[in-house]
Amino acid sequence: MSTTTQTTEEVTIKFAGDSGDGMQLTGTLFTNDTALTGSDLATFPDFPAEIRAPQGTLAGVSGFQLHFGSKKIFTPGDEVDVLVAMNAAALKANLSSIKRAGTIIASTDGFDKKNLRLAKYEDGATPTEDAKDQGFTVYEMPITKLTRTCLKESPLGMKEKDRCKNMFVLGFLYWRYNRDLQSTIDYLNRKFKKKPDVLEANMKTLKAGYHYGETTETFTTTYNVEPAPMDKGTYRSVMGNQALVMGLVTASKKSKLPLFYGSYPITPASDILHGLASYKNFGIKTFQAEDEIAAVCATVGAAYGGNLAITGTSGPGVALKGEGIGLGLMLELPMVIVNVQRGGPSTGLPTKTEQSDLLQAFYGRNGDSPLPIIATKSPSDCFDAAIEACRMTLQHMTPVILLSDGYIANGAEPWKFPKAADIPEIKVNFEPPTDDEEAQFLPYKRDEKHVRGWAIPGTKGLAHRVGGLEKEANTGNVSYDPANHEYMTKIRQAKVDEIANHIPEQAIDNGPVRGNVLVLGWGSTYGVIQSVVDDLLMEGHSIAHAHLRYLNPFPRNLGKLLRSFDKVILPEINNGQLAKIIRDKYQIPLLQYNKIQGVPISKAELKHFVGSVCETY
Amino acid sequence: MSTLPADNVVKKLKAKDFATDQDVRWCPGCGDYSILKQVQSVLAELELNKDDTVFISGIGCSSRFPYYMETYGMHSIHGRAPAVVAGLKLANPELDVWMITGDGDGFSIGGNHMIHALRRNLDINMLLFNNEIYGLTKGQYSPTSEVGKKTKSSPLGSLDHPINPLALAMGADATFVARSMDRDPKHLKEMLKRSYFHKGTALLEIYQNCNIFNDGAFFTFTEKKSKPDTTIYLEHEQPLVFGDGTKGIRLDGFKPQIVDLNEGKYTVDDLWVHDEHDQIKGQMLTRFFDDPRTNPDALPRPFGVIYSTERPTYDDMLFAQLGEAVDQLGDGDLDAMIAGGTTWEIK
Repeated sequence: MSTTTQTTEEVTIKFAGDSGDGMQLTGTLFTNDTALTGSDLATFPDFPAEIRAPQGTLAGVSGFQLHFGSKKIFTPGDEVDVLVAMNAAALKANLSSIKRAGTIIASTDGFDKKNLRLAKYEDGATPTEDAKDQGFTVYEMPITKLTRTCLKESPLGMKEKDRCKNMFVLGFLYWRYNRDLQSTIDYLNRKFKKKPDVLEANMKTLKAGYHYGETTETFTTTYNVEPAPMDKGTYRSVMGNQALVMGLVTASKKSKLPLFYGSYPITPASDILHGLASYKNFGIKTFQAEDEIAAVCATVGAAYGGNLAITGTSGPGVALKGEGIGLGLMLELPMVIVNVQRGGPSTGLPTKTEQSDLLQAFYGRNGDSPLPIIATKSPSDCFDAAIEACRMTLQHMTPVILLSDGYIANGAEPWKFPKAADIPEIKVNFEPPTDDEEAQFLPYKRDEKHVRGWAIPGTKGLAHRVGGLEKEANTGNVSYDPANHEYMTKIRQAKVDEIANHIPEQAIDNGPVRGNVLVLGWGSTYGVIQSVVDDLLMEGHSIAHAHLRYLNPFPRNLGKLLRSFDKVILPEINNGQLAKIIRDKYQIPLLQYNKIQGVPISKAELKHFVGSVCETY
Repeated sequence: MSTLPADNVVKKLKAKDFATDQDVRWCPGCGDYSILKQVQSVLAELELNKDDTVFISGIGCSSRFPYYMETYGMHSIHGRAPAVVAGLKLANPELDVWMITGDGDGFSIGGNHMIHALRRNLDINMLLFNNEIYGLTKGQYSPTSEVGKKTKSSPLGSLDHPINPLALAMGADATFVARSMDRDPKHLKEMLKRSYFHKGTALLEIYQNCNIFNDGAFFTFTEKKSKPDTTIYLEHEQPLVFGDGTKGIRLDGFKPQIVDLNEGKYTVDDLWVHDEHDQIKGQMLTRFFDDPRTNPDALPRPFGVIYSTERPTYDDMLFAQLGEAVDQLGDGDLDAMIAGGTTWEIK
């Protein structure tokens, strides 16, 4: 039977299996290969908090979703065209997210009696048959059996052989989407350089999967996705935490300051610690502290000592760090607090995404304690956001909070990366040494931006004391004077407010500068809002999208921009946190769209909501 | 960090040059005054440079200390000084960093950091002002207070068994453990110098009298009348003699035993000879912890260097790793990092 090739504009694939099935790796390798073909793409890994949740159960299902296409791709896709289900639980957990008449690739060995029972199917259930009845195309492949057969000669044990089965799936998909195997062969060669048996087994299985597609007559169609119209340039694929790490390293080089990163492992921020620890040849000092509090306090110490001081964590960690962040604020030292947000409160949903630490960033400290807050909007944007946070903290001598989230941190997208030489230097002004023994050094003397000097220990003639107690203006001596406290409280606020004069005005990301509807967003909702607004503009509606990088202070034109639209819609993955702040500050009515399910907002639901508002005009 | 030319002759500083213009606000009669004075004079005697010296404290009466030292200083937050110190020392390992803490700051709210700081072994000096009471919050029992202590928060007597700070330090594999007292300035100065010269984290516990909320807590060890029988001053390679030369400690198997040197049965040659590098015996010495006021058979409380050893410091190891990384991978190249492994071109 001959094979035909069909060209398609976009595809969403979800790889789903047990958390030990290697679905994250399979997805990542397929993504990397997809990027090389020039398609635009977005990914969404979705995994349980437990490293190895009970095998075969619904709780143990780990998924990796990839959306790619020959057009601009903004989101990882709402519904999937192809579901790879390594077992019955993976099918059950994802059945509702498959497109009508979509395709299921089922590993039949994962649908035996035991797996059906673990997935809580009734006795005698035939989920793959049912799926066929519902109009899905189901390919049943005995993947484990085929893998074992192809590795009959391999010296590996049965368990190790079975671990290769994700390569079979990958090989098959490469055939289905007209790819070659080279990028994965290169990867395997690097990864298993020192384990020739494992290398050979993986290679063999990968090829077996590819040939299975080629030779088995069940499959008659392969799919071709053309490159997307993307800007000229050199690209790579990048994940959010990875880009954030590179941004921090770049800021260290550009400011000529050694970087100190104090952190305690926490999902989903740990990869920042891992990433920075691998760049020791850039002079990066990573300090895995005994707890979150020690991590932030060591960061305060490093900032005091003159390093580019960073601490990173997620919401529960920020809760613990509150007092230490307050100390940094009182000492007016430069440091960046990275919060890769996850579902809360308390331990909440460690591996799920949420934007619910915004109010914590604004208000989560004792006293009147304003801090600048900036947010990243996509995986590759983490690079720029990290540099911007470092620049801001060094120029304004205040801790800066940088908000990311689990969706951005673990998501990947193509990145047209910059040349290091094109990234501007970051100027640092240490207080200069002095020989004048008589002159009194004033550590809390301020410049026109209300910024105090950075006088680091070891500088001749500048010995002085700082601390968490309220300070007297200029001298920094302890002061309980009522008028002084009010003055210092106001000046700390004024210093943060002043930053508005040193950041760009808010721009419209897409659409006209005035009109009926504005969709305002921040953080990881960028992709879905872009995609919805793009569609609605094409359909002729008067709609625009503005996305906030700067959350505190807001860009100085924001009020005017919001009032240029009849209605403002604010989608957030929380219970309405930015909405509260915008209402408080600008007293304008807002239409909120809030989703608090630990997952990103889908395009369909947002388009339905925003579209219905547009229809009223 | 200082970039001034080297031909600037540094004038020799006196103890008073290390005093700030701030009024010292401890209660009159507080043991902290003595410690402050000895620290200032030790810094002068050691000819330390105030620009390269930093005092970091937590919260509590003792933690006001940095405000009174004409050096760099930070009064940080409760219990967290060990962490601040770690970050500072790793930012600039050239600095002489002194940490000031108290029994509440260091062993209650900051107990976790204390343990990890001791095992981590940065090259810093820690001065623990132990007064067995919470002074700044006006007199609640502290983690080193004796059981049954009656305070505002324990009107019927406290129930908490006290922490033995130096035993805990030995348990955390501290590399330098010593004890002194506010009322013996000569010994205190000597111990401050020993702490300074130790390469690694030096923990010096200083018994300090709080004359307002816990007056006389250590008088049995510090006052002339009782001191000879209740204390033992340790010296490296010297036998454990106390009681004005009349008594000594010998080991009966693993059991320390007080012997009378005048009885004729034992001489100094039979006594335990102090070896400050012996970790097991050091642990035993920290267990000389019974209260002579309630237990007449209590072993004398040791003062001096209980244990010291050399172990690579965290700061040295961290910078060595940075050097090794450069040796192996070359200086970091931003463009190579940003491009990563696999790239593609859109034309």
